[in-house]
Amino acid sequence: MSVTEFSRRGLLKTAALGVAGATLNLGAIKRAFAAADLTVGIVYVGARDDFGWNQAHAVAIKSLKEVPGVKVVEEENVPETDAVSKSMESMINLDGAGLILATSFGYYTPFVVDLAKKYPDVQFRHAAPLWNQDKDPKNAGSYFGYLNQAHYVNGVAAGLCTKKNKIGFVAAKPIASVLSNINSVLLGARSTNPNATVQVIFTGDWSMPVREAEAANALVDAGCDVITCHVDGPKVVIETAEKRGVMTCGHNASQAPLAPKGFITGAEYKWITIYKGYASDLAEGKSLPNFLIGGYEVDFVQNTPFGAAATDPAKKAALAAIEGLKAKKPIYVGPLKDNASGKIVIDKTYDNLDPFLDKMDYLLQGVVGSTT
Amino acid sequence: MSNTPFATGAPRELIDPLGTRAGSSDFAVRLRANSEYVLIPLLALVIAAGLFAFFLMAIGKSPVDFVSYVWRGGFGTAFSFQNTLQRSAPLILTALAVAIPARIGLIMIGGEGALVLGGFAAGALAIPMIGHAPPMVALVLMALFAMIVGGFWVGFSGFLRYARGVNETISSLLMTYIGIAIMNFFVEGALRDLSNPNKPSTMPIGDAYMVGKIPGTQVHWGFAFGLALCVALYFLMARTTFGFAARVTGGNFRAALAQGLPVGRLIVACSAIAGACAGLAGFFEVAAIQGRANASLAAGYGFTGILVSFLARHNPLVIPPVAILLGGLVASGGLIQRRMDLPDATVLVLQGFIFVVLLTSETLYGRFAIFRSTKERDRT
Repeated sequence: MSVTEFSRRGLLKTAALGVAGATLNLGAIKRAFAAADLTVGIVYVGARDDFGWNQAHAVAIKSLKEVPGVKVVEEENVPETDAVSKSMESMINLDGAGLILATSFGYYTPFVVDLAKKYPDVQFRHAAPLWNQDKDPKNAGSYFGYLNQAHYVNGVAAGLCTKKNKIGFVAAKPIASVLSNINSVLLGARSTNPNATVQVIFTGDWSMPVREAEAANALVDAGCDVITCHVDGPKVVIETAEKRGVMTCGHNASQAPLAPKGFITGAEYKWITIYKGYASDLAEGKSLPNFLIGGYEVDFVQNTPFGAAATDPAKKAALAAIEGLKAKKPIYVGPLKDNASGKIVIDKTYDNLDPFLDKMDYLLQGVVGSTT
Repeated sequence: MSNTPFATGAPRELIDPLGTRAGSSDFAVRLRANSEYVLIPLLALVIAAGLFAFFLMAIGKSPVDFVSYVWRGGFGTAFSFQNTLQRSAPLILTALAVAIPARIGLIMIGGEGALVLGGFAAGALAIPMIGHAPPMVALVLMALFAMIVGGFWVGFSGFLRYARGVNETISSLLMTYIGIAIMNFFVEGALRDLSNPNKPSTMPIGDAYMVGKIPGTQVHWGFAFGLALCVALYFLMARTTFGFAARVTGGNFRAALAQGLPVGRLIVACSAIAGACAGLAGFFEVAAIQGRANASLAAGYGFTGILVSFLARHNPLVIPPVAILLGGLVASGGLIQRRMDLPDATVLVLQGFIFVVLLTSETLYGRFAIFRSTKERDRT
């Protein structure tokens, strides 16, 4: 395929909320909602404009609001205590919500599970792959995007943009999903630049703005010229890196406005695909899927439109990588060794959604840093 | 008053200020004097509400809508009111954690740390007992352990105050962060439930070991225990020798020392009682709500409790209504966000107004002649 074709497709794909997909669905949804109205209640653990996890959901909700017949009620800064169960219950009792979207990890057990048992007519969906077919209520369920695929694309682009071959990664906690994002950045970068390394600093918690700034500065001082991260709100990391004059790749939501000079691209969720799917299923009287996970192959993740720092070869390679992921091209091509002992930790090539990868507790060779 | 007033020829009203009307108007005088403590806070609430109404109008929202949503979301329906009561439960206990030390003259704000550590202690103690000890025994032990750990945590700040002169406000606040760090250390390390890879928590205690709801309601037992403790601690502070000694110490530390009161023990005891209340709140968070100890314990109840206690003027009997008022504000906060499209911080703005106006209103006490008896007025 030609370059122009690629970039046109990329433009469509990365346009903030997948205009193409939205218009295709809209007709069906419009018809369906002529009869019944749906109130969707969504709870966020932080602020809706955090440039991160919550914003990614809020952006999707904003466009869900435009679907006729769908009413959305939102609540932000709801802690992972009984406050969330009361908030959800209040949405059901006072607003008549028929679908509840609980977007923070700690909402699931016990709050979502207990409430789903109490209100069997209301659908509950939770944004983490936790629903258990054997134990959990049938009106509950999970949805999740494999963001590591978009981080892989970040790596592909960063590998071609970096001049020092050093990518810095500010990470929150050494848990599986974070480790997979770090390893995916490395593998992406290595696919375009065999000399690339990823240096990681863990801050220890999801939101530690001061430490995140320190970590970003330390990585720049250590010679990294591309900085990316996996923390709840990447704002501080991206802004710090921009101030230091290095390039950045984003995480969770679009941070492009924060780095007009150094932004390359970013890993973003595309929750709207899932939310519109739920809305149209309910409108058509179909039962909702209980377990929805995936990455590029089902349009659940996306990359932020390229920023000023993305070079043409980087754009081209990134778009090609996206096409590959859509065709389910595997990221983890084994055998791969970890960086601590040099042991083989990934023995063969695994499919991108393979449960084996969900148990990741290692950093691959080529990553500088330690999980402990 | 006791030294032979007749001999010095003092006016009769000094000997018997109420004169012959004493029998009939004693109640009226007390009512008049005590109403100061009701009317001034109410006035402060009205002024705060007025300021907040201006704030709402400045951002183009209707204060009338706001009030109606607070009513509907916090009190108007059976669901809303139970929501309010449940939210007030931890606040009652953490407010007690501020009120009791305040009686002895200490500003202790370490309730959050005691709550987190108490909850963690309860969750950790439960692990070896799951499946072995009967639930009732396990729960009592967990609650006691939570109270002991919480009591130690705040009691230590009291000890530092008395023995080393360390400012208790600062030390209890700093101890809070240490407490949260200790819980995180264990929850992310030795006591982590490995089957839960992405949110570090202790092992779940299981449904059989959970504290249930008060029958006929959706409110857990923590609320009832909070009310009972408020009454019990009111009597302790107002009607016992211990409480009297504590209040004397709070009123005048040197005088208490001179009287030979065991000041050190009183300070540590009051601090420990405070910590035990917060620890109990932590126990209920774990055993009635979370089912496991994790970082969600640090939800800020300990800090909101400070506000509740100050609003209640550190009176244990006033704490429940104030906690319910604040619980209702928080409970309706969600509805306000949803219906009025206001940010979550709106309710915090209102709380801030209330707090500032209320603290300012402290200067008004004793300035209004109307609250004093006519005789007193004549003398001044």
